[in-house]
Amino acid sequence: MTPSHKWTGDYLFLFENLLLKDFRIRYRNMSLGILWSLINPLVMMGVLTFIFGSVFGGANSPVFPLFVLCGLVPYNFFTGAWLAGTISVVDSAALVKRLPVPREVLPVAAVLSNCIHLAIQLALLIALTLYFGLKPHAGWWWLAPLWILYVVFVCGLALLSSAINVFIRDTRYVVESLTLVLFWLVPIFYSFTIIPQRFAAVYRFNPVAALVMAMRNILIDRQAPPLSLVENMVIVAAVTLALGLIVFRSLKPRFYEHI
Amino acid sequence: MSTFSDDRSAVRFNRVVKTFAHHAGRKLLRERLADLAQPSRTSRFTALDDVSFEVAHGESLGLIGPNGAGKSTILNLATGLALPDSGSIEVHGHVAAILELGAGFHGDLTGAENVRINSALMGLSRRQAAARFEDIVEFSGVRDFIHEPLRTYSAGMSVRLAFSVAVHTDPDVLVIDELIGLGDQQFYARCLERIGDFQKRGKTILLASHALDLLTMFCQRALWLDHGRIVEIGPAAQVAAAYRSGRASGA
Repeated sequence: MTPSHKWTGDYLFLFENLLLKDFRIRYRNMSLGILWSLINPLVMMGVLTFIFGSVFGGANSPVFPLFVLCGLVPYNFFTGAWLAGTISVVDSAALVKRLPVPREVLPVAAVLSNCIHLAIQLALLIALTLYFGLKPHAGWWWLAPLWILYVVFVCGLALLSSAINVFIRDTRYVVESLTLVLFWLVPIFYSFTIIPQRFAAVYRFNPVAALVMAMRNILIDRQAPPLSLVENMVIVAAVTLALGLIVFRSLKPRFYEHI
Repeated sequence: MSTFSDDRSAVRFNRVVKTFAHHAGRKLLRERLADLAQPSRTSRFTALDDVSFEVAHGESLGLIGPNGAGKSTILNLATGLALPDSGSIEVHGHVAAILELGAGFHGDLTGAENVRINSALMGLSRRQAAARFEDIVEFSGVRDFIHEPLRTYSAGMSVRLAFSVAVHTDPDVLVIDELIGLGDQQFYARCLERIGDFQKRGKTILLASHALDLLTMFCQRALWLDHGRIVEIGPAAQVAAAYRSGRASGA
Protein backbone atom coordinates (compact mmCIF):
# COMPACT_ATOMS: atom_id res chain seq x y z
CA MET A 1 0.00 0.00 0.00
CA THR A 2 2.68 2.49 0.93
CA PRO A 3 4.50 4.17 -1.90
CA SER A 4 8.16 3.31 -1.81
CA HIS A 5 9.35 6.88 -2.04
CA LYS A 6 10.18 9.09 0.87
CA TRP A 7 10.91 12.78 1.22
CA THR A 8 14.67 12.92 1.54
CA GLY A 9 15.22 16.60 2.11
CA ASP A 10 17.03 18.58 4.76
CA TYR A 11 14.76 19.03 7.80
CA LEU A 12 16.87 21.71 9.44
CA PHE A 13 16.97 23.78 6.26
CA LEU A 14 13.23 23.28 5.76
CA PHE A 15 12.35 24.37 9.30
CA GLU A 16 14.65 27.36 9.04
CA ASN A 17 12.92 28.44 5.85
CA LEU A 18 9.40 27.92 7.17
CA LEU A 19 10.17 29.90 10.33
CA LEU A 20 11.83 32.70 8.38
CA LYS A 21 8.83 32.79 6.07
CA ASP A 22 6.38 33.21 8.96
CA PHE A 23 8.58 35.79 10.61
CA ARG A 24 8.96 37.84 7.46
CA ILE A 25 5.29 37.71 6.56
CA ARG A 26 4.26 38.65 10.07
CA TYR A 27 6.65 41.49 10.63
CA ARG A 28 7.35 42.96 7.22
CA ASN A 29 3.97 44.60 6.94
CA MET A 30 4.06 46.13 10.41
CA SER A 31 5.55 49.56 10.78
CA LEU A 32 6.31 48.92 14.45
CA GLY A 33 7.67 45.45 13.73
CA ILE A 34 8.49 43.40 16.79
CA LEU A 35 7.22 46.14 19.11
CA TRP A 36 3.77 44.64 18.62
CA SER A 37 4.98 41.55 20.44
CA LEU A 38 5.67 43.75 23.47
CA ILE A 39 2.61 45.97 23.37
CA ASN A 40 0.01 43.23 23.85
CA PRO A 41 1.49 41.73 27.06
CA LEU A 42 2.30 45.17 28.46
CA VAL A 43 -1.26 46.41 27.93
CA MET A 44 -2.74 43.24 29.42
CA MET A 45 -0.34 43.46 32.36
CA GLY A 46 -1.35 47.07 32.95
CA VAL A 47 -5.07 46.33 32.76
CA LEU A 48 -4.91 43.29 35.04
CA THR A 49 -2.71 45.13 37.54
CA PHE A 50 -5.20 48.01 37.61
CA ILE A 51 -8.29 45.78 37.97
CA PHE A 52 -6.95 43.36 40.54
CA GLY A 53 -4.49 45.72 42.21
CA SER A 54 -6.60 48.87 42.46
CA VAL A 55 -10.24 48.05 41.70
CA PHE A 56 -10.58 44.80 43.64
CA GLY A 57 -7.66 45.67 45.82
CA GLY A 58 -6.73 42.03 46.15
CA ALA A 59 -3.10 42.37 45.32
CA ASN A 60 -0.90 44.15 47.78
CA SER A 61 2.31 42.64 46.50
CA PRO A 62 4.73 45.25 45.20
CA VAL A 63 5.69 42.93 42.34
CA PHE A 64 2.11 42.34 41.19
CA PRO A 65 2.81 43.47 37.58
CA LEU A 66 5.62 40.90 37.41
CA PHE A 67 3.33 38.30 39.00
CA VAL A 68 0.77 38.92 36.24
CA LEU A 69 3.35 38.87 33.45
CA CYS A 70 4.66 35.49 34.71
CA GLY A 71 1.15 34.24 33.96
CA LEU A 72 0.61 36.08 30.70
CA VAL A 73 3.77 35.00 28.87
CA PRO A 74 3.13 31.22 29.12
CA TYR A 75 -0.57 31.77 28.44
CA ASN A 76 0.03 33.97 25.38
CA PHE A 77 2.46 31.49 23.89
CA PHE A 78 0.09 28.64 24.51
CA THR A 79 -2.91 30.27 22.83
CA GLY A 80 -0.97 31.72 19.89
CA ALA A 81 1.05 28.60 19.15
CA TRP A 82 -1.78 26.13 19.64
CA LEU A 83 -4.16 28.01 17.39
CA ALA A 84 -1.50 28.57 14.71
CA GLY A 85 -0.64 24.88 14.90
CA THR A 86 -4.27 23.80 14.71
CA ILE A 87 -5.00 25.66 11.49
CA SER A 88 -1.57 25.01 9.93
CA VAL A 89 -2.41 21.94 7.86
CA VAL A 90 -5.68 23.29 6.46
CA ASP A 91 -4.07 26.66 5.78
CA SER A 92 -1.30 24.96 3.82
CA ALA A 93 -3.78 23.19 1.55
CA ALA A 94 -1.77 24.21 -1.53
CA LEU A 95 1.29 22.44 -0.13
CA VAL A 96 -0.56 19.36 1.09
CA LYS A 97 -2.20 18.96 -2.31
CA ARG A 98 0.89 19.57 -4.38
CA LEU A 99 4.13 18.77 -2.61
CA PRO A 100 5.12 15.53 -0.87
CA VAL A 101 6.61 17.32 2.16
CA PRO A 102 6.26 15.42 5.45
CA ARG A 103 3.05 16.82 6.87
CA GLU A 104 4.25 16.73 10.49
CA VAL A 105 6.47 19.66 9.61
CA LEU A 106 3.51 22.03 9.27
CA PRO A 107 2.10 22.14 12.83
CA VAL A 108 5.56 21.88 14.37
CA ALA A 109 6.83 24.81 12.29
CA ALA A 110 3.75 26.84 13.24
CA VAL A 111 4.46 26.28 16.92
CA LEU A 112 8.16 27.01 16.55
CA SER A 113 7.37 30.23 14.67
CA ASN A 114 5.60 31.46 17.75
CA CYS A 115 8.83 30.96 19.68
CA ILE A 116 10.19 34.12 18.03
CA HIS A 117 7.28 35.99 19.56
CA LEU A 118 7.92 34.17 22.81
CA ALA A 119 11.61 35.07 22.92
CA ILE A 120 10.71 38.76 22.75
CA GLN A 121 8.17 38.40 25.55
CA LEU A 122 10.61 36.42 27.69
CA ALA A 123 13.17 39.18 27.24
CA LEU A 124 10.52 41.62 28.51
CA LEU A 125 9.83 39.37 31.48
CA ILE A 126 13.51 39.12 32.38
CA ALA A 127 13.90 42.88 32.01
CA LEU A 128 10.94 43.49 34.35
CA THR A 129 12.35 40.99 36.87
CA LEU A 130 15.64 42.85 36.96
CA TYR A 131 13.77 46.16 37.14
CA PHE A 132 12.11 44.96 40.37
CA GLY A 133 15.55 44.27 41.77
CA LEU A 134 15.28 40.48 41.62
CA LYS A 135 18.76 39.39 40.63
CA PRO A 136 19.62 36.25 38.62
CA HIS A 137 20.36 33.12 40.63
CA ALA A 138 21.13 29.44 39.96
CA GLY A 139 17.41 28.58 39.75
CA TRP A 140 17.21 30.50 36.46
CA TRP A 141 18.85 27.53 34.76
CA TRP A 142 15.52 25.76 35.18
CA LEU A 143 13.94 28.14 32.67
CA ALA A 144 15.51 26.37 29.67
CA PRO A 145 14.36 22.77 30.32
CA LEU A 146 10.92 23.90 31.49
CA TRP A 147 10.27 25.95 28.38
CA ILE A 148 11.57 23.18 26.12
CA LEU A 149 9.16 20.74 27.76
CA TYR A 150 6.39 23.26 27.34
CA VAL A 151 7.11 23.73 23.61
CA VAL A 152 7.18 19.94 23.18
CA PHE A 153 3.80 19.75 24.92
CA VAL A 154 2.31 22.40 22.60
CA CYS A 155 3.79 20.64 19.53
CA GLY A 156 2.05 17.42 20.58
CA LEU A 157 -1.22 19.22 21.10
CA ALA A 158 -0.89 20.99 17.74
CA LEU A 159 -0.20 17.70 15.93
CA LEU A 160 -3.35 16.29 17.46
CA SER A 161 -5.64 19.25 16.79
CA SER A 162 -4.29 20.07 13.32
CA ALA A 163 -4.99 16.53 12.12
CA ILE A 164 -8.51 16.56 13.56
CA ASN A 165 -9.11 20.00 12.06
CA VAL A 166 -8.67 18.57 8.56
CA PHE A 167 -11.68 16.33 9.10
CA ILE A 168 -13.75 18.48 11.42
CA ARG A 169 -13.26 22.14 10.65
CA ASP A 170 -15.03 23.21 13.83
CA THR A 171 -11.92 22.16 15.71
CA ARG A 172 -10.35 25.59 15.43
CA TYR A 173 -13.38 27.18 17.09
CA VAL A 174 -13.24 24.63 19.88
CA VAL A 175 -9.59 25.52 20.36
CA GLU A 176 -10.41 29.24 20.42
CA SER A 177 -13.11 28.69 23.05
CA LEU A 178 -10.86 26.49 25.16
CA THR A 179 -8.12 29.10 25.22
CA LEU A 180 -10.63 31.71 26.38
CA VAL A 181 -11.77 29.45 29.21
CA LEU A 182 -8.18 28.71 30.06
CA PHE A 183 -7.52 32.38 30.75
CA TRP A 184 -9.66 32.02 33.88
CA LEU A 185 -8.58 28.51 34.81
CA VAL A 186 -4.87 29.27 34.75
CA PRO A 187 -3.64 31.29 37.74
CA ILE A 188 -2.71 34.37 35.71
CA PHE A 189 -4.03 37.09 38.00
CA TYR A 190 -4.52 34.99 41.11
CA SER A 191 -2.24 32.75 43.10
CA PHE A 192 -2.18 28.98 43.10
CA THR A 193 -2.40 29.05 46.90
CA ILE A 194 -6.02 30.25 46.92
CA ILE A 195 -7.19 27.25 44.86
CA PRO A 196 -9.23 24.78 46.95
CA GLN A 197 -7.25 21.66 47.80
CA ARG A 198 -9.53 19.28 45.92
CA PHE A 199 -8.79 21.04 42.59
CA ALA A 200 -5.06 21.35 43.17
CA ALA A 201 -4.15 18.07 41.43
CA VAL A 202 -5.89 19.17 38.23
CA TYR A 203 -3.84 22.35 38.22
CA ARG A 204 -0.62 20.44 38.75
CA PHE A 205 -1.18 18.36 35.62
CA ASN A 206 -2.15 21.36 33.52
CA PRO A 207 1.18 22.31 31.93
CA VAL A 208 0.11 25.92 31.40
CA ALA A 209 -0.66 26.34 35.10
CA ALA A 210 2.43 24.35 36.04
CA LEU A 211 4.69 26.60 34.01
CA VAL A 212 3.08 29.74 35.44
CA MET A 213 3.74 28.44 38.95
CA ALA A 214 7.29 27.48 38.07
CA MET A 215 7.96 30.92 36.57
CA ARG A 216 6.82 32.55 39.80
CA ASN A 217 8.89 30.15 41.89
CA ILE A 218 11.96 30.95 39.87
CA LEU A 219 11.65 34.67 39.15
CA ILE A 220 9.74 36.03 42.16
CA ASP A 221 10.36 33.57 45.00
CA ARG A 222 13.93 33.01 43.75
CA GLN A 223 13.70 29.24 44.23
CA ALA A 224 14.04 26.16 42.09
CA PRO A 225 10.63 24.77 41.09
CA PRO A 226 9.43 21.71 43.07
CA LEU A 227 10.72 18.52 41.51
CA SER A 228 7.24 16.99 41.47
CA LEU A 229 6.11 19.82 39.21
CA VAL A 230 8.98 19.16 36.79
CA GLU A 231 8.15 15.46 36.79
CA ASN A 232 4.53 16.23 35.93
CA MET A 233 5.64 18.40 33.03
CA VAL A 234 7.92 15.66 31.68
CA ILE A 235 5.08 13.15 31.83
CA VAL A 236 2.50 15.43 30.25
CA ALA A 237 4.87 16.57 27.47
CA ALA A 238 5.90 13.01 26.59
CA VAL A 239 2.35 11.65 26.63
CA THR A 240 0.97 14.56 24.59
CA LEU A 241 3.71 14.32 21.96
CA ALA A 242 3.27 10.55 21.63
CA LEU A 243 -0.49 10.86 21.34
CA GLY A 244 -0.22 13.72 18.86
CA LEU A 245 2.20 11.78 16.65
CA ILE A 246 0.11 8.62 16.73
CA VAL A 247 -3.11 10.40 15.80
CA PHE A 248 -1.42 12.57 13.16
CA ARG A 249 0.32 9.61 11.52
CA SER A 250 -2.85 7.55 11.40
CA LEU A 251 -4.90 10.37 9.86
CA LYS A 252 -2.41 11.88 7.43
CA PRO A 253 -2.86 9.38 4.57
CA ARG A 254 -6.39 10.75 4.24
CA PHE A 255 -5.49 14.46 4.41
CA TYR A 256 -5.30 14.70 0.63
CA GLU A 257 -8.93 13.76 0.15
CA HIS A 258 -10.32 15.96 2.86
CA ILE A 259 -8.37 19.14 2.47
CA MET B 1 0.47 -6.21 -19.59
CA SER B 2 4.13 -6.75 -18.90
CA THR B 3 5.44 -8.62 -15.90
CA PHE B 4 5.93 -6.90 -12.56
CA SER B 5 9.31 -8.30 -11.75
CA ASP B 6 11.32 -5.86 -13.84
CA ASP B 7 13.57 -3.88 -11.54
CA ARG B 8 14.48 -1.51 -14.34
CA SER B 9 11.13 0.16 -14.02
CA ALA B 10 11.08 3.53 -12.30
CA VAL B 11 7.35 3.70 -11.74
CA ARG B 12 5.09 0.72 -11.29
CA PHE B 13 1.32 0.73 -10.73
CA ASN B 14 -0.13 -2.66 -9.93
CA ARG B 15 -3.94 -3.00 -10.00
CA VAL B 16 -4.41 0.43 -8.46
CA VAL B 17 -7.89 1.49 -7.38
CA LYS B 18 -8.53 4.97 -6.06
CA THR B 19 -11.90 6.24 -4.96
CA PHE B 20 -12.98 9.60 -3.61
CA ALA B 21 -15.99 10.45 -1.49
CA HIS B 22 -18.64 12.60 -3.09
CA HIS B 23 -19.26 15.74 -1.06
CA ALA B 24 -15.86 15.59 0.56
CA GLY B 25 -16.59 19.29 1.08
CA ARG B 26 -18.81 18.51 4.06
CA LYS B 27 -16.43 18.91 6.91
CA LEU B 28 -18.37 20.37 9.79
CA LEU B 29 -19.14 18.53 12.95
CA ARG B 30 -22.87 18.10 12.40
CA GLU B 31 -22.21 16.57 8.98
CA ARG B 32 -19.69 14.16 10.46
CA LEU B 33 -22.26 13.11 13.03
CA ALA B 34 -24.89 12.69 10.34
CA ASP B 35 -22.45 10.53 8.36
CA LEU B 36 -21.87 8.36 11.40
CA ALA B 37 -25.56 7.96 12.01
CA GLN B 38 -26.24 7.12 8.40
CA PRO B 39 -23.13 5.72 6.67
CA SER B 40 -24.94 5.19 3.37
CA ARG B 41 -25.13 8.97 2.96
CA THR B 42 -21.58 9.06 1.61
CA SER B 43 -21.28 7.75 -1.92
CA ARG B 44 -17.91 7.33 -3.58
CA PHE B 45 -16.80 7.59 -7.14
CA THR B 46 -13.96 5.64 -8.64
CA ALA B 47 -11.20 7.84 -10.02
CA LEU B 48 -8.92 4.93 -10.98
CA ASP B 49 -10.24 1.45 -11.56
CA ASP B 50 -7.75 -1.40 -11.64
CA VAL B 51 -4.94 0.50 -13.34
CA SER B 52 -1.64 -1.27 -13.98
CA PHE B 53 1.34 0.00 -15.93
CA GLU B 54 5.08 0.45 -15.69
CA VAL B 55 7.48 3.11 -16.78
CA ALA B 56 11.06 2.02 -17.33
CA HIS B 57 14.02 4.08 -16.12
CA GLY B 58 14.72 6.75 -18.70
CA GLU B 59 11.37 6.34 -20.38
CA SER B 60 8.75 9.06 -20.84
CA LEU B 61 5.11 8.13 -20.56
CA GLY B 62 2.33 10.44 -21.68
CA LEU B 63 -1.13 10.39 -20.13
CA ILE B 64 -4.03 11.34 -22.35
CA GLY B 65 -7.75 11.43 -21.84
CA PRO B 66 -10.61 13.84 -21.30
CA ASN B 67 -10.91 15.96 -18.14
CA GLY B 68 -11.79 13.79 -15.16
CA ALA B 69 -10.40 10.63 -16.74
CA GLY B 70 -7.95 10.10 -13.87
CA LYS B 71 -4.73 11.59 -15.28
CA SER B 72 -4.12 13.90 -12.34
CA THR B 73 -4.97 11.14 -9.90
CA ILE B 74 -2.21 9.00 -11.39
CA LEU B 75 0.27 11.87 -11.11
CA ASN B 76 -0.74 12.59 -7.50
CA LEU B 77 -0.42 8.95 -6.52
CA ALA B 78 2.96 8.67 -8.23
CA THR B 79 4.12 11.75 -6.32
CA GLY B 80 3.05 10.18 -3.04
CA LEU B 81 0.45 12.81 -2.19
CA ALA B 82 -2.31 10.26 -1.74
CA LEU B 83 -2.51 6.53 -1.15
CA PRO B 84 -4.45 4.05 -3.30
CA ASP B 85 -7.48 2.23 -1.90
CA SER B 86 -6.03 -1.03 -3.13
CA GLY B 87 -3.22 -2.18 -5.36
CA SER B 88 0.39 -1.05 -5.06
CA ILE B 89 2.53 1.76 -6.35
CA GLU B 90 6.30 1.73 -6.49
CA VAL B 91 8.44 4.65 -7.43
CA HIS B 92 12.23 4.39 -7.50
CA GLY B 93 14.31 7.47 -7.00
CA HIS B 94 13.59 11.05 -6.11
CA VAL B 95 10.38 12.48 -7.55
CA ALA B 96 9.75 16.11 -8.40
CA ALA B 97 6.28 17.18 -9.37
CA ILE B 98 5.19 20.13 -11.44
CA LEU B 99 1.52 19.81 -10.68
CA GLU B 100 0.65 23.39 -10.07
CA LEU B 101 3.33 25.97 -10.55
CA GLY B 102 3.92 28.18 -7.57
CA ALA B 103 2.37 25.96 -4.90
CA GLY B 104 3.83 27.35 -1.70
CA PHE B 105 4.79 30.72 -3.16
CA HIS B 106 3.88 33.74 -1.08
CA GLY B 107 3.18 37.17 -2.55
CA ASP B 108 4.69 39.16 0.31
CA LEU B 109 8.07 37.50 -0.01
CA THR B 110 10.65 38.34 -2.65
CA GLY B 111 11.41 36.10 -5.59
CA ALA B 112 14.71 35.09 -3.98
CA GLU B 113 13.03 34.19 -0.67
CA ASN B 114 10.39 32.14 -2.45
CA VAL B 115 13.08 30.29 -4.40
CA ARG B 116 14.83 29.33 -1.15
CA ILE B 117 11.62 28.19 0.54
CA ASN B 118 10.51 26.20 -2.46
CA SER B 119 13.95 24.60 -2.80
CA ALA B 120 13.70 23.44 0.82
CA LEU B 121 10.15 22.16 0.33
CA MET B 122 11.20 20.22 -2.75
CA GLY B 123 13.88 18.52 -0.74
CA LEU B 124 17.10 20.35 -1.59
CA SER B 125 19.73 20.63 1.12
CA ARG B 126 21.10 24.00 2.18
CA ARG B 127 24.22 23.47 0.09
CA GLN B 128 22.32 22.35 -3.01
CA ALA B 129 19.92 25.27 -2.72
CA ALA B 130 22.78 27.74 -2.47
CA ALA B 131 24.71 26.13 -5.34
CA ARG B 132 21.71 26.11 -7.69
CA PHE B 133 20.28 29.50 -6.79
CA GLU B 134 22.17 31.32 -9.55
CA ASP B 135 21.13 28.78 -12.18
CA ILE B 136 17.51 29.00 -11.07
CA VAL B 137 17.48 32.78 -11.33
CA GLU B 138 19.34 32.72 -14.63
CA PHE B 139 16.98 30.18 -16.17
CA SER B 140 13.87 32.04 -15.01
CA GLY B 141 15.01 35.26 -16.64
CA VAL B 142 13.60 37.44 -13.85
CA ARG B 143 16.92 38.46 -12.35
CA ASP B 144 16.08 42.17 -12.37
CA PHE B 145 13.11 41.57 -10.09
CA ILE B 146 14.47 38.81 -7.89
CA HIS B 147 14.56 41.02 -4.78
CA GLU B 148 11.09 42.44 -5.34
CA PRO B 149 8.00 40.99 -3.63
CA LEU B 150 6.33 38.30 -5.70
CA ARG B 151 3.02 40.15 -5.75
CA THR B 152 4.61 42.73 -8.06
CA TYR B 153 5.39 39.98 -10.61
CA SER B 154 3.26 39.36 -13.64
CA ALA B 155 1.60 35.94 -13.81
CA GLY B 156 4.10 34.88 -16.45
CA MET B 157 7.09 35.89 -14.35
CA SER B 158 6.07 33.92 -11.30
CA VAL B 159 5.31 30.84 -13.41
CA ARG B 160 8.80 31.09 -14.89
CA LEU B 161 10.36 31.26 -11.45
CA ALA B 162 8.32 28.31 -10.19
CA PHE B 163 9.14 26.16 -13.20
CA SER B 164 12.78 27.07 -12.86
CA VAL B 165 12.93 25.86 -9.23
CA ALA B 166 11.14 22.62 -10.10
CA VAL B 167 13.47 21.64 -12.94
CA HIS B 168 16.55 22.46 -10.89
CA THR B 169 15.75 19.95 -8.14
CA ASP B 170 17.34 17.30 -10.36
CA PRO B 171 14.84 14.50 -9.78
CA ASP B 172 15.04 10.93 -11.05
CA VAL B 173 11.36 11.03 -11.92
CA LEU B 174 9.72 14.19 -13.16
CA VAL B 175 5.94 14.37 -12.93
CA ILE B 176 4.33 17.10 -15.03
CA ASP B 177 0.69 18.08 -15.23
CA GLU B 178 0.24 20.01 -18.47
CA LEU B 179 2.93 22.11 -20.09
CA ILE B 180 0.96 25.11 -21.19
CA GLY B 181 0.89 28.58 -19.72
CA LEU B 182 4.66 28.66 -19.40
CA GLY B 183 5.11 32.27 -20.34
CA ASP B 184 6.26 33.58 -23.69
CA GLN B 185 7.39 31.63 -26.73
CA GLN B 186 11.04 32.00 -25.89
CA PHE B 187 10.71 30.73 -22.34
CA TYR B 188 8.44 27.92 -23.48
CA ALA B 189 11.11 26.79 -25.92
CA ARG B 190 13.68 26.84 -23.12
CA CYS B 191 11.43 24.68 -20.93
CA LEU B 192 11.03 22.11 -23.68
CA GLU B 193 14.77 22.10 -24.20
CA ARG B 194 15.28 21.53 -20.48
CA ILE B 195 12.90 18.59 -20.50
CA GLY B 196 14.76 17.21 -23.52
CA ASP B 197 17.98 17.43 -21.46
CA PHE B 198 16.31 15.44 -18.72
CA GLN B 199 15.54 12.67 -21.14
CA LYS B 200 19.08 12.66 -22.52
CA ARG B 201 20.37 12.18 -18.99
CA GLY B 202 18.21 9.11 -18.62
CA LYS B 203 15.53 10.56 -16.34
CA THR B 204 12.01 9.25 -16.23
CA ILE B 205 9.06 11.48 -17.09
CA LEU B 206 5.34 11.19 -16.50
CA LEU B 207 3.52 13.85 -18.50
CA ALA B 208 -0.21 14.47 -18.61
CA SER B 209 -1.24 16.75 -21.44
CA HIS B 210 -4.03 17.65 -23.80
CA ALA B 211 -1.45 18.87 -26.31
CA LEU B 212 -1.10 15.65 -28.27
CA ASP B 213 1.59 16.91 -30.64
CA LEU B 214 3.80 17.92 -27.77
CA LEU B 215 3.12 14.65 -26.01
CA THR B 216 4.05 12.52 -28.98
CA MET B 217 7.18 14.59 -29.45
CA PHE B 218 8.43 13.84 -25.92
CA CYS B 219 6.98 10.51 -24.96
CA GLN B 220 7.86 7.08 -26.27
CA ARG B 221 4.68 5.59 -24.95
CA ALA B 222 1.26 6.93 -24.05
CA LEU B 223 -1.56 5.77 -21.82
CA TRP B 224 -5.12 6.65 -22.77
CA LEU B 225 -7.47 6.87 -19.83
CA ASP B 226 -11.22 7.22 -19.73
CA HIS B 227 -13.39 7.14 -16.61
CA GLY B 228 -10.52 5.77 -14.56
CA ARG B 229 -9.81 2.84 -16.83
CA ILE B 230 -7.02 2.25 -19.32
CA VAL B 231 -8.37 2.31 -22.86
CA GLU B 232 -5.06 1.77 -24.55
CA ILE B 233 -1.36 1.83 -23.74
CA GLY B 234 1.37 1.67 -26.35
CA PRO B 235 3.59 3.73 -28.68
CA ALA B 236 2.69 7.40 -28.20
CA ALA B 237 1.91 8.20 -31.84
CA GLN B 238 -0.36 5.17 -32.16
CA VAL B 239 -2.29 5.85 -28.94
CA ALA B 240 -2.62 9.56 -29.77
CA ALA B 241 -4.00 8.69 -33.21
CA ALA B 242 -6.45 6.22 -31.70
CA TYR B 243 -7.52 8.83 -29.16
CA ARG B 244 -8.02 11.43 -31.90
CA SER B 245 -10.12 9.15 -34.06
CA GLY B 246 -11.96 7.80 -31.01
CA ARG B 247 -12.92 11.32 -30.05
CA ALA B 248 -13.86 12.21 -33.63
CA SER B 249 -16.21 9.25 -33.94
CA GLY B 250 -17.64 10.04 -30.52
CA ALA B 251 -16.73 6.68 -29.03
